[in-house]
Amino acid sequence: MVENLASSGVISKEELSRLPGVPSQERLKKGPVAVIECAEQIPCNPCETACPKGAIQVGEDINSLPVLDEAKCTGCGLCIPACPGLAIFVVDVTFSETEALLQIPHEFLPLPQKGGIVNCLDREGKVVSLGKIIKVVNPKSYDRTPVVTVAIPKEFAQDIRAITQGEENGNDSYLRKER
Amino acid sequence: MEYELAIVGAGPAGLSASIEAAKAGVKVAVIDENAKPGGQLFKQIHKFFGSKEHRAGVRGIDIGAQLLNEAKDSGVDILLNTTVWGIFDNVLAVHSSNKIQRLEAQRILIATGASENTLAFPGWTLPGVLGAGAAQTMVNLHRVAIGDRVLMVGSGNVGLIVSYQLMQAGAEVVAVVEFLPQIGGYWVHASKITRLGIPILTSHTIKEVTGDGKVEVATVGKVDSNYQIVSGTERNFDVDAVCIAVGLSPAAELAWMCGCEFMYIPELGGHVPVYNEDMETTVPGVYVAGDVAGVEEAATAMIDGAIAGLAAAESLGYLDHNEYEDLKRGKRVSREVFELSRFRFRRMAKERFANKEGRLKQWSKT
Amino acid sequence: MRIIDHPILGRIEPERTIRIEVDGKMIEALEGEPIAAALVANSMRLFRFTKKYNEPRGIFCAIGRCTDCVMVVNGIPNTRTCVTQVEEGMKIETQYGSGSIR
Repeated sequence: MVENLASSGVISKEELSRLPGVPSQERLKKGPVAVIECAEQIPCNPCETACPKGAIQVGEDINSLPVLDEAKCTGCGLCIPACPGLAIFVVDVTFSETEALLQIPHEFLPLPQKGGIVNCLDREGKVVSLGKIIKVVNPKSYDRTPVVTVAIPKEFAQDIRAITQGEENGNDSYLRKER
Repeated sequence: MEYELAIVGAGPAGLSASIEAAKAGVKVAVIDENAKPGGQLFKQIHKFFGSKEHRAGVRGIDIGAQLLNEAKDSGVDILLNTTVWGIFDNVLAVHSSNKIQRLEAQRILIATGASENTLAFPGWTLPGVLGAGAAQTMVNLHRVAIGDRVLMVGSGNVGLIVSYQLMQAGAEVVAVVEFLPQIGGYWVHASKITRLGIPILTSHTIKEVTGDGKVEVATVGKVDSNYQIVSGTERNFDVDAVCIAVGLSPAAELAWMCGCEFMYIPELGGHVPVYNEDMETTVPGVYVAGDVAGVEEAATAMIDGAIAGLAAAESLGYLDHNEYEDLKRGKRVSREVFELSRFRFRRMAKERFANKEGRLKQWSKT
Repeated sequence: MRIIDHPILGRIEPERTIRIEVDGKMIEALEGEPIAAALVANSMRLFRFTKKYNEPRGIFCAIGRCTDCVMVVNGIPNTRTCVTQVEEGMKIETQYGSGSIR
């Protein structure tokens, strides 16, 4: 049961640990790996098709939850823009002594720049730390779902799932102009 | 004007039907009252679910463009800015450019989609209170902002998706309010917005909206197990827009008019025209597909539209019966994935059609 | 306000701007858009007042079904502004009650 998720939209750590798309602690310690936070049986399988290593299995009944083969997964991140629910992330806790690298989908303007400092939010939308943008990829094949790589404090590697620069919403957004 | 198949509505169901029928050789017209075809697809800027054959991972806007091109390439006539205001036997009464004309058709497909439901509460008529679909139209289609700070009422897929899209367009969504104790839409859609800081307040409802000639304050309260607002739990949000996402109902006026039988099936959006597995209603030669036949989604609209187009083609003699049955079976199998798990209720709801008396064929097991 | 850039839809393609008159005031509109969009883009959201209680109304469904958005357009009342395209020099007025044909 995923009661917390169903009533709030926020999946609990306990609910997450039971998902077949979430890698084990041992695998996480070895390097970059996909974390598929998909907890509901809905008809959907683009993640399976997107993985070049065959590390994601949904199967014939496309309502099945995706299963991650952590041995096959290299953390390449191609599954991130493929997921229509934007529910896949790549986590690398081996980046440095104190930092982890997080790859997330980010479909907002302004797109962050390499080297920029951003606010990092947890699943409840609470700002838990700052982060530094390491890379932003937005090729045509991603169909307008840019993937941002951000360096974050290692202790938040399993919490941070969104970033904001504080410019995306509000009166001074360059998205809009008075006419 | 004369056509073999006239399709009312150029959304995913109508366009899919036109492609199948035209490919089989049928002379098809698709008629739409809007200036642009595509139905709801051109507001859906997010990637769709399903599998590759359902065009999963493709954005609704691009699926719309694909369908439109396929229809045009197949030789379908698309009549825009044209309203079908009545169906009289095999004659469609159409209105276009201040002229009224007759369009004769041997087969008719009603694919007019669904309209947004509404919710009445004190202040609901103030400028600034609008449907979630309306907000989506203004923001994604017309590219104008409907507000800076928005409250969303309803946590079904429309409420969740439009909240996300309002954020993408630069607005701030202050909260999503949901009457029931659990979220109505997909949990991944919910997580996408909670991690941006938008709280989803389940077991809450909107109490009233106030303001001087426009929305200024929205008051929300927690509900108890009898769905009554608990006094003292009221919270005010300073907003300039309130979006209402409380479901859709089939826009089935034309089906009522030409005498189709209906059944009341709340799970499918209310009164739905009864149809069989060939998408034909109780009026011979009149078919339905898409949200007008039961509110589901774009993928199912495309499949049902395709079946209707094939069925019309077969009944007009353009398709051999066995070939049609094979194609239909294939389509129904691919549709099944949208009637499992959380969507099992759709299949169960439709099985009620099979109990309808009359010349309707029974629904066969796939 | 117009959403001139967007993460999925991209930048607005430059459209021809035209001028329309709303309650005597000239505003800019984009060719091809419905009247309601031009008004909302210019921060105008009050389109009419109801007959009996004189209550303010604006857009509600935005697809031409509810008729909450009607205004007097070129003298013709009850024109659905959300599905009627702007034209150069169009005259739009706030509608009071059911309006009258002049």
